[in-house]
Amino acid sequence: MRFELTPRPNVSPVMRALAPVAAFITAFLIAGFVIWLMGRSPAAAFDVYVLQPLSDPWSLQELVVKATPLALIAIGLSYCFRANLWNIGAEGQYVIGAVLGSWLALKTHGTDAGLWVLPLMLLLGIIGGALWGLIPAFLKTRFGVNEILTSLMLVYVAQLVLDYLVRGPWRDPKGFNFPQSVTFDPSATLHPIFEGGRVHFGALFALIAVLATAVILGRTLFGYRLKLTGDAPRAARFAGFSSKSTTMAVFAISGGLAGLAGITEVSGQIGQLQPSISPGYGFTAITVAFLGRLNPIGILIAALVVALTFIGGESAQILLKLPLDLTQAFQGILLLCVLAADALVSYRIRFVTRGGGK
Amino acid sequence: MKADVSSSGPPLVELKGISKRYGDLLANDGIDLSIEPGEIHALLGENGAGKSTLVKILYGVIEPSAGEIRWESRPVSIGSPVEARNLGLGMVFQHFSLFDELTVAENIAVALSGDWDLATVRGKLGEISRTYGLALDADRAVWTLSAGERQRIEIVRCLLQNPRLLILDEPTSVLTPQEAEHLFTTLDRLSAEGCSILYISHKLEEVRRLCRRATILRAGRVVATIDPRASSAREIAALMVGSEVGEIRTDAPHHPEGEMLKVASLNLPPAGMHGQALRGIDLKARAGEVVGIAGIAGNGQTELFAALSGERLAGGPDAVVIAGRPVGTTGIDGRRRLGAAFVPEERLGHAAAPTHRLSENTLISHAAAEVSRSGFILVNAARRLARTIVQSFDVRTPEGDPQARKLSGGNLQKFVIGREIIRKPKLIVVDQPTWGVDAGAARLIRQALVDLARQGSAVVVVSQDLDELFEVADRMAVIHQGTLSPLKPIGEWTKEAVGLEMLGVAQAPGGVHAV
Amino acid sequence: MTTFEAILLTIVTASTPLLIAALGELVAERSGVLNLGVEGMMAMGAACSFAAAITFDSTFLGVAAGILAGALMASLFALVVLGFAANQVGSGLALTIFGLGLSGLIGAPFVGARRDPVAHIDVPGLSDIPVIGRLFFEQDLFVYASIALTILVAIYLTRTRSGLTLRSIGENHTSANALGLPVWRVRFWAILFGGACAGLAGAYLALVYTRFWSPGMTAGRGWIALALVVFAAWRPGWLLVGAYIFGAATVLQLHAQAAQFGVPPQVLSAVPYLATILALLLLSLRHGRAIGAPGSLGVPFVPDR
Repeated sequence: MRFELTPRPNVSPVMRALAPVAAFITAFLIAGFVIWLMGRSPAAAFDVYVLQPLSDPWSLQELVVKATPLALIAIGLSYCFRANLWNIGAEGQYVIGAVLGSWLALKTHGTDAGLWVLPLMLLLGIIGGALWGLIPAFLKTRFGVNEILTSLMLVYVAQLVLDYLVRGPWRDPKGFNFPQSVTFDPSATLHPIFEGGRVHFGALFALIAVLATAVILGRTLFGYRLKLTGDAPRAARFAGFSSKSTTMAVFAISGGLAGLAGITEVSGQIGQLQPSISPGYGFTAITVAFLGRLNPIGILIAALVVALTFIGGESAQILLKLPLDLTQAFQGILLLCVLAADALVSYRIRFVTRGGGK
Repeated sequence: MKADVSSSGPPLVELKGISKRYGDLLANDGIDLSIEPGEIHALLGENGAGKSTLVKILYGVIEPSAGEIRWESRPVSIGSPVEARNLGLGMVFQHFSLFDELTVAENIAVALSGDWDLATVRGKLGEISRTYGLALDADRAVWTLSAGERQRIEIVRCLLQNPRLLILDEPTSVLTPQEAEHLFTTLDRLSAEGCSILYISHKLEEVRRLCRRATILRAGRVVATIDPRASSAREIAALMVGSEVGEIRTDAPHHPEGEMLKVASLNLPPAGMHGQALRGIDLKARAGEVVGIAGIAGNGQTELFAALSGERLAGGPDAVVIAGRPVGTTGIDGRRRLGAAFVPEERLGHAAAPTHRLSENTLISHAAAEVSRSGFILVNAARRLARTIVQSFDVRTPEGDPQARKLSGGNLQKFVIGREIIRKPKLIVVDQPTWGVDAGAARLIRQALVDLARQGSAVVVVSQDLDELFEVADRMAVIHQGTLSPLKPIGEWTKEAVGLEMLGVAQAPGGVHAV
Repeated sequence: MTTFEAILLTIVTASTPLLIAALGELVAERSGVLNLGVEGMMAMGAACSFAAAITFDSTFLGVAAGILAGALMASLFALVVLGFAANQVGSGLALTIFGLGLSGLIGAPFVGARRDPVAHIDVPGLSDIPVIGRLFFEQDLFVYASIALTILVAIYLTRTRSGLTLRSIGENHTSANALGLPVWRVRFWAILFGGACAGLAGAYLALVYTRFWSPGMTAGRGWIALALVVFAAWRPGWLLVGAYIFGAATVLQLHAQAAQFGVPPQVLSAVPYLATILALLLLSLRHGRAIGAPGSLGVPFVPDR
């Protein structure tokens, strides 16, 4: 017995766009089944996970808040993934970006610093993330070391760096020995877009990133270069695109955007540095990137959808006593369904028993 | 002209009315073929005539849409290669199914059905080597072997299963003339022992050397079954191609002018484990002439192309000089800006991205010019360019701007070469311009290259097809194991001399040479 | 027992799960499949084995459950990656995320429970030799099993017909398919074996190494196992060496912490991860590129028909 895979000669763009939707529905059905096994009502779960968060303005804001870092990071990842480079270390780049940006906030804490602090913090966040991302890129281009493992190992290192700083040199002396830094001054805090709202300017950055990427990937030579590098690496070299500079560029962009996400979260949402500044955004963003099919608009939508599951998961934990692990498990299933759906769109698959037709 | 076959009795295998349909395309159309025991039977035809399809049907890889196969007068249905092998069929494909990192013995063992342990395989290998003159070292890793040696592994794999019919698909396409002769001796011996051979080829000389009967296919049908020794080459060619094949116009004496390409003592270490080093390459090409580089695949052509194109950089800038500028350390982009153009051997994946449209594929070599500005792609300009290329070079496309992989080999090659020629390059380097391309497209491509030369460009053609080079080249050299023979005007070359260069045996004055 | 002996013993226990998980991944990769889901499969192995062991009060059933859990996760991975020819990197990651989440759900009810230590096997006479005796001849079953498994995998790959077939498939699945070798079937079993090993490693963590379950207890060991396979150049013998080097690195940083070298604990914690990067770098320097990698590693298999 074996599987028969025949490439479909013509794939309609409609099918391609619908595939993630079908995947999402499938994943939901599976999750519903699991919830039912756990003794809860799937309908009630659906209500809490999906409908309630969409129904009041506060949680809609939360949606945007949670989607912002996901979208920022996933957009960055799309550059890498399109070029067939697997940056699994976005979580670490996020952290280091936050760390470097926060350094300035702490340095200017208490002083009456001017308007220049915040923009510079953001810039440092980008630089920090970019540099951290360039490490696996450098190791790959110079030594041929697999980027999956190096970028991943650096995540753990980054988290340890953060841990050390907030427990040691950057710990707030007036913080009752809690491992956290001082709360940032207003001049170092990213303000909400609307007074009293929860959505800060990070959301705007995400939107800009989405639009800019749409233009870059669709209309520029650089975007074409990435596409070619991922689809036909030999042809990319033949076209004169150096794979080394492509690798460095996409890791810098990806790391930079992840670092930006980090500093905007810390200065906009959390307001200080602490050991845990991310519920795994860097990894969830990988799901978002695949779910959005590496397309900027798709990623935007996917980020909102996944943010929805996060928020739903939090209320489900309170209202239905469903643990947060369920959200994580659901995200895993969702990614699997998306990948399978993607394959189904590209190939016609038959399961053939022995002696089946050719 | 019916042949008379020496053996009497029923044929070993008969194909009656074999047809195979793929949608609208009829790859095989009512084919009748019979092979006697101990006969060496040729299957002749151009690329796309249906030879591969027919043979895959016979070997159980594909199911026929209609027709029957009889083996020793019994109707049989061959559902898979395993069934074919059990019947007594063996096949040596054009592309070998070998594992580079494994040893010869392991490669043979892994292909055999049934329980063979390595010790038995080694023993059998020794026996067969001796009996049929197929020298092989059981413990060498396959990547170290030459094409001829690799083919021997495939043949041994077949022989170990005691075949009654051995099918060979274009076996000499990767062999030197001397290795080919070796193969023929082996085949003669097999045939004498009663093993039938189905020999697929488009090389007339070989077919005449080996076979007394040949079936000629054209456009999926049998057009004739003849005795190749009794017909003239022109007659056979006409049967194969269907009409008089026009000759390439390489008109009157041309006067090559300035030197467009100069390679001086180029040395390049091998790119990877299985690469070929380049040693002391000296090459000059002038505007207005076609320089041909002959050689069997795997002797450094790919490396030479990469060194000329700039995909691999030389040790110093002066190793490669294009249009008077030292570009040894300049990348392909810089070389293109000087007016150089390149067409690599591999169409899909190297010259063009398979899943990208033709308009996008123009960006590969035109990005510096009219289809982009300040980093932005001019989509309409790219589409226009693609259309122009398609029209000028008779590229048959299934739709307006298709993905590259939707085009047939010949049409894609026309596009890829057209894409470069339309830039009116001062220098063009082409690797295997008509490999796997049908006769009509091949003719167009060769004519385009010659025309380009006559218009003042320097054209360098690297090719495994000697006939092609004799047709288009003004001067020629042979590459062997990474070294280049001296360039000589085409008139001073004979096929035998080329064959010897391919083997690395230099012609001593007076014609004394060792083999 | 001296401190030195104690340290050596902890090195053994730290290295064993790495070795077991890496052996499974090695076989999968030699067949051409890159399985990034090891971490998730290991987590499932830990959670399921602990749950079963507590529920049935049987270490044996616990281990069986752990292996089964890993194998089931692996079969899901196999379905997606073989059946659908989906992207192996994404699918592996999906499985890790799924496995981590699901294992959290399964293990949650058992937080706080504890298991008794697993018996050690005494080799009479030999285990009385000072230092070496305890180290080599008085270990628990898992340790011996891990060594035996290393030897068995090595023999399987190099000396058996089936192992030759597997290697060929990983080397060049196009040629293998042309020869009629069963690419899917072999890869399926290789993936399953990899998952079973990851599950077994997880069971070891929960039932022997710590004897309780806690969220996130795999702590990235699955990823280290992946690095180990590359570090060992896909050879079982080197895997054994590598596993113990990495295990030693993990253990020594704990002891260095305790001895208070004046270095911040986070630096020491970072050592295994930095060591992995360093090892990968050294390997590339030694060979210039990933020599020894199976030729078809990570490439989805879609035969032309």
